[in-house]
Amino acid sequence: MRGPLAEVLRGAWRSPSGRWGLVTLLVIAALALAGPLVLNDPAAMPDVMAGAESPSLAHPLGTDALSRDVLSRTIHGARVSLGIAMLAVCLAMLLGTTIGAASGYRGGWIDTVIMRTVDAGLAIPRLLVLLLLVLVWERIPTMALAVVIGSTGWLGTCRMVRGEVLRLRQMEFVRAAQALGASSGRIILRHLIPNAAGPVAVSATLGVADVILLEAGLSFLGMGVQPPTPSWGGMILDARPVLLSAPWTSLAPGLAILVTVLAVNLVGDALQRALDPRSA
Amino acid sequence: MTPLLEVTGLRIAFPGQHGPMYPVDGVTFSVRRGELLALVGESGSGKSLSCLAILGLVPTPGRIDPTSRILLGGTSLPDLNREAMRRVRGRRIGMIFQDPTTSLNPVFTIGRQLEEAVANHFPGPRAAIRARAVELLGEVGVPEPAGRLASYPHELSGGLRQRVMIALALSGEPDLLLADEPTSSLDVTVQAQILALLDRLRASRGMAVVLVTHDLGLVAGRADHVAVMYAGQVVERATAVRLFAAPAHPYTRGLFRSVPRLDAPVDRLAPIPGVVPTAARWPAGCRFHPRCPEALTQCQSESPALRHVGPDQSAACLLLDPPQAGG
Repeated sequence: MRGPLAEVLRGAWRSPSGRWGLVTLLVIAALALAGPLVLNDPAAMPDVMAGAESPSLAHPLGTDALSRDVLSRTIHGARVSLGIAMLAVCLAMLLGTTIGAASGYRGGWIDTVIMRTVDAGLAIPRLLVLLLLVLVWERIPTMALAVVIGSTGWLGTCRMVRGEVLRLRQMEFVRAAQALGASSGRIILRHLIPNAAGPVAVSATLGVADVILLEAGLSFLGMGVQPPTPSWGGMILDARPVLLSAPWTSLAPGLAILVTVLAVNLVGDALQRALDPRSA
Repeated sequence: MTPLLEVTGLRIAFPGQHGPMYPVDGVTFSVRRGELLALVGESGSGKSLSCLAILGLVPTPGRIDPTSRILLGGTSLPDLNREAMRRVRGRRIGMIFQDPTTSLNPVFTIGRQLEEAVANHFPGPRAAIRARAVELLGEVGVPEPAGRLASYPHELSGGLRQRVMIALALSGEPDLLLADEPTSSLDVTVQAQILALLDRLRASRGMAVVLVTHDLGLVAGRADHVAVMYAGQVVERATAVRLFAAPAHPYTRGLFRSVPRLDAPVDRLAPIPGVVPTAARWPAGCRFHPRCPEALTQCQSESPALRHVGPDQSAACLLLDPPQAGG
C-alpha cells in the first residue's frame, strides 16, 4: 500500500506502543471471534447449587454465582462488547462525517443551525442522554443499544470534520476541482472526506474505547446488555454481591475492559502521532 | 470575428463594514479564439477574482453585480443555472492556479485524478479513459507518462505538478484556459518551459488563454493583447506591441520602470511608491492618483474613463483626455 494514508498506518505501526496496542487488539478480536466456537456455552452445565467456584482445571477462571464458567463468559462477552463498540462507532463516524462535511461545505445558516445543535448536544452528559433513551425499552435489545450509543456519539466527530472541511475547502485543490466542473457531492466524497480520513480514524479509535466504557457502565447499572447475554459490565454487576467472597468473578471482566481500552487508546495515540508528529 | 469571451463592466461586491465594497469594479476585456490576453497588475488589483468570476466561483460572501456581463460564445454565464454552469467549468473553460503543490489532491495518485477528470467530461470504458490520461500527460510534456500515473503529487517536482495541473485543465478540451499566475511559484527555468508549453498548446489546439501575471517580462513577445489592471479596474488596454512601444497610462509606465530590461541602459529600477489600496477604501477620483507622479488636482475628484489614445490602445487617465472644448 502506498499513499499518505498508508504512510500514517505505517507510522503508527512503527511506534512500539502502537504496535503493542494493535497486537493486543488483534488477539482480543481473534478470541472474541474464534473463542465461542471452541469453548462450551457458559450456561451449558449449570450446577446452580454449586455456587461460585474458585479457579480450577475445569474452570480456569472459576465460575460465577450461577456457576457459569467465567472464562467462557468473558470471551463471549468480548464478542458482545466489541460488537456493540464497532457498530456504534461505525454509525457515529458515518453520521459525524456526513453531517460535519455537509455543514462545513454548505456553510451559511444550515451550518450555524447544525453547529449550535451540536454545541448544545455536547453540553449534555452523554450517559444521562443514554439513560433517558434506554428507558424507552423495558429490556433493551442489544442491537438497539448499539444504535442508541452510536447515535449519541457523532457530535465530537461532526465538529472535528467540519473544522477539517473548513480548512480543506480553502485549499487550492478543492477550487481546482470546482474549476474542473466537479459536483458538490463529488467534491465532498472525493476531496474533502478522504483528506479528513486521518483525524476521523483517530476519532473512531478513541471512540471505540469510549463506547466500551459507556456500555460497561450502562450494563453495570442494569440498563445496558440484558441478561443472560454476557457483557463485561453486566458480569461485574452480577459479581457485585460476591465481590469479596469470589473476587475472580469481577476480576476477569474488569481486566478485560482495562486491557481492551488501554490497547485501543495506544493505537489511537499512535495514529494521532503518525498523523501529526508535532503532537507527540 | 466575435470574441470567444466578452467581459463587460464586471463588478464584484463583497459586504463590508460600511456598505458593499467592490474589489473588481467595472472590468472590461475580451479574448478571441486562439489569442493570448495578459491581465497584468500588482497583487490586489482584482485579476484573480475576475477569473474566478468568469467560472462563477467567486468566494462567498462575494456576489457578481447583476449589471456585469460575461458572454462566452454568446451565452451569458451569470444567467446559467448551477448545473449548466458546472458543465461550462472544465469543459468550455479550464483554469490553472498559482501553486501546483496545493492544487492537486494529496491523497490520490495523479492517474486517478486525471482519469476521474476525463471520465467526468467524457464517460467511456476504463481502458479508453486511461489511454486518454496517458495521452494528456504526454501532451503536456511529462516524461514516461504511463509510468507516472501511479505517482502521488508529493512525489513530483513543482514543474511536473504544474504540467499535471495543465493536463487536468485540458481534460475537458476547453476553448479557453484561465492561467492564474501559473509560474509564480516555479524556478525561472521551469517558468520558461511552462510558458512555452502554454504557447504550444495554444497553437496546436487553437485554445484562447487568459494569462494573469504581475510580471510584464512574461508578457513580452507572447501576449496578443494586454489589459493592465489597477485597484479593480482596467486602466490600459492595448495590443502587446503597442503597449510595449508606447505605454500610455502613468501606472503602466511605472510598471515598466520597475522591471529590469536588457535592451536599454537603466540606471536604477524605480519601483512605484506605496501599495495598491484595499477595496474597502478605493481613493476618490482616479484610483491611482495617490501614487501617481504626474497627478493633477482634478485627479483627486474626477474618475477617468477608458478612451482611445491610439490605434488598438485605450487608457483611463485625465492627462490623456483631449483638451476640453470651450471653457
